[in-house]
Amino acid sequence: MARRPREDHYDFLIIGAGMAGMAAAIRLGHFGKKVLLLERHAIIGGLNSFYKQDGRKYDVGLHAVTNYVPAGTKRAPLTKLLRQLRISHADLDLSPQKVSRVAFPGHDLRFSNDFILLESEVSRVFPKEIDRFRNLTEKVKSFDELDLQGPKLSARKILSEELQDPLLIDMLLCPLMYYGSAKEGDMDFYQFVIMFKALFLEGFARPFEGVRHITQLLLRRLRELSVERIMNCGVQSLRAGEGEIKEVLLDNGRVIRADCILSTIGSVETAALVENEAPFVRQAEEKTPRLSFVETISVFDKQPVDWGWDETIVFFSDQEKFAYEQPDDYVDPRSGVICVPNNYQYPDEKTLAEGFLRITCLANYDRWVGLPEETYRAEKARWFEEMVRSARRFLPPVEDAEIEKHQVGTDMFTPRTITKYTGHLGGAVYGAPEKIRDGRTPYRNLVLAGTDQGFLGITGSMLSGISMANLHGLQSG
Amino acid sequence: MTKEECKQVVIDIINDIAPDEDTSDLKPDVRLRDQLDLDSMDFLDIVMELRKQHGIEVPEADYQKLASLDSCAEYLTPKFNEKNAV
Repeated sequence: MARRPREDHYDFLIIGAGMAGMAAAIRLGHFGKKVLLLERHAIIGGLNSFYKQDGRKYDVGLHAVTNYVPAGTKRAPLTKLLRQLRISHADLDLSPQKVSRVAFPGHDLRFSNDFILLESEVSRVFPKEIDRFRNLTEKVKSFDELDLQGPKLSARKILSEELQDPLLIDMLLCPLMYYGSAKEGDMDFYQFVIMFKALFLEGFARPFEGVRHITQLLLRRLRELSVERIMNCGVQSLRAGEGEIKEVLLDNGRVIRADCILSTIGSVETAALVENEAPFVRQAEEKTPRLSFVETISVFDKQPVDWGWDETIVFFSDQEKFAYEQPDDYVDPRSGVICVPNNYQYPDEKTLAEGFLRITCLANYDRWVGLPEETYRAEKARWFEEMVRSARRFLPPVEDAEIEKHQVGTDMFTPRTITKYTGHLGGAVYGAPEKIRDGRTPYRNLVLAGTDQGFLGITGSMLSGISMANLHGLQSG
Repeated sequence: MTKEECKQVVIDIINDIAPDEDTSDLKPDVRLRDQLDLDSMDFLDIVMELRKQHGIEVPEADYQKLASLDSCAEYLTPKFNEKNAV
């Protein structure tokens, strides 16, 4: 049968070419499905992307690929992911981290991709807690976090039963929350388990070229599988009827139909596209605010290790009681994440051409979003200084003049930047506070994947896309 | 097609879907699952590739016949030969 030039029917429509959307498209491509992948932005990758400024390429999002395990590690999420996408471990070009640290007032816990380091640090800093910590670890290892129907349990509640020292609880929660919690104060226990495994039991790695190496790899697979992709084009509206999405109007005016629509743009964001029925979720119904972040990037003509900054990632809090919540002010500089992408074990002692220092802190979306341009710039400059000053308290000391002398570039992104480029409401990085784990919506041919399904991190988001593609693309025949 | 050729077809598919697995000395009489890190989803992928690459249909009830290379050859070789004879 000759194909009509503007065939308007697809087996699958995937909204968003981030990690989840691309991974889903690759799977469906393997199944021989007719897939259309839409991306409203000009660049693929979604929250894990990159941009160019002043001739420099900056990573967005990715500090580290979490869930890192060496090639051939059995039953690990990364192994499963590679298998499903038919990508070899070597192709990812991952270099493991050096060492990372959780830094609280007077207490430090170092950890690496070898869990023994964290265990020995817990026994050094919290000797009374070590047996309980080991029990907790066993509980985490045996917990089935992938059971989509499991009950919702509070991580804080379980931790307070398992451990006694509140400081240890907060020091464990700090990195796990920063790298994946969409909720203030607490996290669901299954997410705690996912993140504990991803960060502590597995580990951090990074491709030498940064996240674009991974997005390019996915793009190459999409091309090999001839998946149809439209850039700079999102969905205008979804037309519903009889419990399904009948038609989809694209930004470019085209109207298409699809047996299944996989949306990775967020639950509320997806619901808002349904034009003729009430949205199935609303941001106003969310019980806690969406969490957003600011990030500063400093570029140096010097390797950070020469200043003694030799760690990969430092999670810091200057309060014993770690506050993971939306700040009232523009930024909460009391806690944050310091990432030095130079400090991975790159092969052959390779080093990045320039030194990078990235600092992430919690931010208030509403404060940033309404600012007139001039004030916005001024606030950015003010908070840049504030964040760097705060973070440097947790790094080996270096003279201000020395830093200034070697600083060759800076940049910063705010909640406003995130919403502008990803379309996520509230500048949300980890999506809506409440997750829809099975991805279901009231419409039988509309499913959610990605952050709002609750699988986080770059590995998690790809696995989310894969699991939804398998569920709806393969098993249903 | 001989049974040995049939085994090679299955090994080629495994190499495609699991590029990091070493398939160089698989024991034909031992379950693939016990030698390689394959889960049920990976078996679905093998079934899918048999269909896509070779036009061989494996109904769900027969999935357990793909357990080892020997059982694959036993089950699939007649299917290949039937198809080639047409």
